[in-house]
Amino acid sequence: MSQPNTDSQPAQHADSKGWFAQNWVALTTIWIKECTRFLRIWVQTLVPPAITMSLYFIIFGSLIGDRIGQMGGFTYMEFIVPGLIMMSVITNSYSNVSSSFFSAKFQRNVEELLVAPVPTTVIILGYVGGGVARAILIGIIVTLVSLFFVDVQIHNLAVIVVTLILTSTLFATAGLINAVFAKTFDDISMVPTFVLTPLTYLGGVFYSLTLLPEFWQWVSKANPIVYMVNGFRYGFLGVSDVGIVVSLTLLVGFNALLFSVAYYLLKTGKGIRS
Amino acid sequence: MKALDISGLAKTYKGGVQALKGVDLTVEEGDFFALLGPNGAGKSTTIGIISSLVNPTAGQAKVFGYDLHTEKEAAKACIGLVPQEFNFNQFETVLQIVLNQAGYYGVPRDLAKERAKKYLAQLDLWEKRDARARELSGGMKRRLMIARALMHEPRLLILDEPTAGVDIEIRRSMWGFLKEINRQGITIILTTHYLEEAEMLCRNIAIINKGQIVENTSMKSLLAKLNIETFILDISETQSQPSLNGFEYRLVDAHTLEVDVEKSEGLNPVFTQLTEQGIQVLSMRNKANRLEELFVRLVEDAEAALKEA
Repeated sequence: MSQPNTDSQPAQHADSKGWFAQNWVALTTIWIKECTRFLRIWVQTLVPPAITMSLYFIIFGSLIGDRIGQMGGFTYMEFIVPGLIMMSVITNSYSNVSSSFFSAKFQRNVEELLVAPVPTTVIILGYVGGGVARAILIGIIVTLVSLFFVDVQIHNLAVIVVTLILTSTLFATAGLINAVFAKTFDDISMVPTFVLTPLTYLGGVFYSLTLLPEFWQWVSKANPIVYMVNGFRYGFLGVSDVGIVVSLTLLVGFNALLFSVAYYLLKTGKGIRS
Repeated sequence: MKALDISGLAKTYKGGVQALKGVDLTVEEGDFFALLGPNGAGKSTTIGIISSLVNPTAGQAKVFGYDLHTEKEAAKACIGLVPQEFNFNQFETVLQIVLNQAGYYGVPRDLAKERAKKYLAQLDLWEKRDARARELSGGMKRRLMIARALMHEPRLLILDEPTAGVDIEIRRSMWGFLKEINRQGITIILTTHYLEEAEMLCRNIAIINKGQIVENTSMKSLLAKLNIETFILDISETQSQPSLNGFEYRLVDAHTLEVDVEKSEGLNPVFTQLTEQGIQVLSMRNKANRLEELFVRLVEDAEAALKEA
């Protein structure tokens, strides 16, 4: 081991650099670390959604879809494409952050962040940003896969982009909250299995709510995923079972709520500080 | 300036375990300070609170004048932590680990790359920069944690048992490295089980037991408190049993003599008497680390005082 150089004096970055510049470096570091993680394990993170969605397109779209006929004025394949993209976005944004943050807790490398002067908001934005990046990449992959089966049309690109970002942000934040509470790896698979999957399947991915009896239509509208799937579908097809303004407003509201919860949990050190 | 100023620090964990019972501690800037104590004494809890990994129940801590509660970010920026247990992502490479840590402290990427090269080279890890952390040996992982803690060039470096499980050669080179960075101005707080390490490196020392500081003084004055030392003498073979007037001694075997020597007496009379009896002293060493003896005695005294109270 060689002797340390004497050319450097102990430095204080906080004093000499702007607060914003310092935190921007911290934010991009967390974000790049998160993106590097899911790209490094691309076989686990990027390939499975492409395969799963191809199967959905083949089975529900091509084989069964032809017998179903029209839904909401479109072929069944055209109808389910936005929902299937959204399903991938939800699952991947959630699982990216829940598994990454829990793994950081499990290996204790979350302590690297806790000892550093990184504000809680930056930690949340960094992890959530990683989840959003994966969700968008998966969204693009699934959209490209869907092009093999159907001509994807775009009614309103702005609605597609805003819904995509708000939905992935929301579920990435939810994944972070799950990871904060989780004590075992089982705990991070419980919510996707028992909550997200049922809500997604019952969230109008495969059918229009108008097919349901009035009572079940009303019940379905208590499912937040209905608003995300329909908002996204509106962006592609221009049709929706719920109002687009209501969808976007609810998404913003849920995001604010979950961000506040995540902020409170990390600030108080729930599950990560003794 | 005080690098660390702790007052009334207390911590009670969930379940009621009282790890700290009002700790007061001051470490001056530039010091090389040892925090010693048996397992469960409160060393790691104290360090956990200073490094923001443990929430205190009561008390105040300041790092270079920055309050850890109200000026957290400024205080954190001054500290580099080398924890007791490996706490990096085992799947990341050595270079990624140190660059990420620099990024968390806001060090721009280009500067971080320069420092990564500098510190990894100094700690003999540059050749391993692309190896994943899990592929490193125990000693390399310890050195990686030191390199990581230095990436933002902290004013206060805290090392919690940094040489645990490290072979003697690497331990000694780590000591040299730590002495040098301390000489360059970085204040160092060290906890260790190797009392020889504390004696070798540190100028000041605090001993903590059962959540309380039982001694806080300079290493010199602490060692001065030890009046009697036991020396082991390797002697030439002797026909008759050696005899030492005025000393407690034991002949362990035909070649080994143990002698208790009071500081005021010195060793000269021992050599004189043995020489008169025709016995040669071939070599000599301490029986136990002096600090270790003192440490055990201080902890026992503190526990006895507690029982009396």
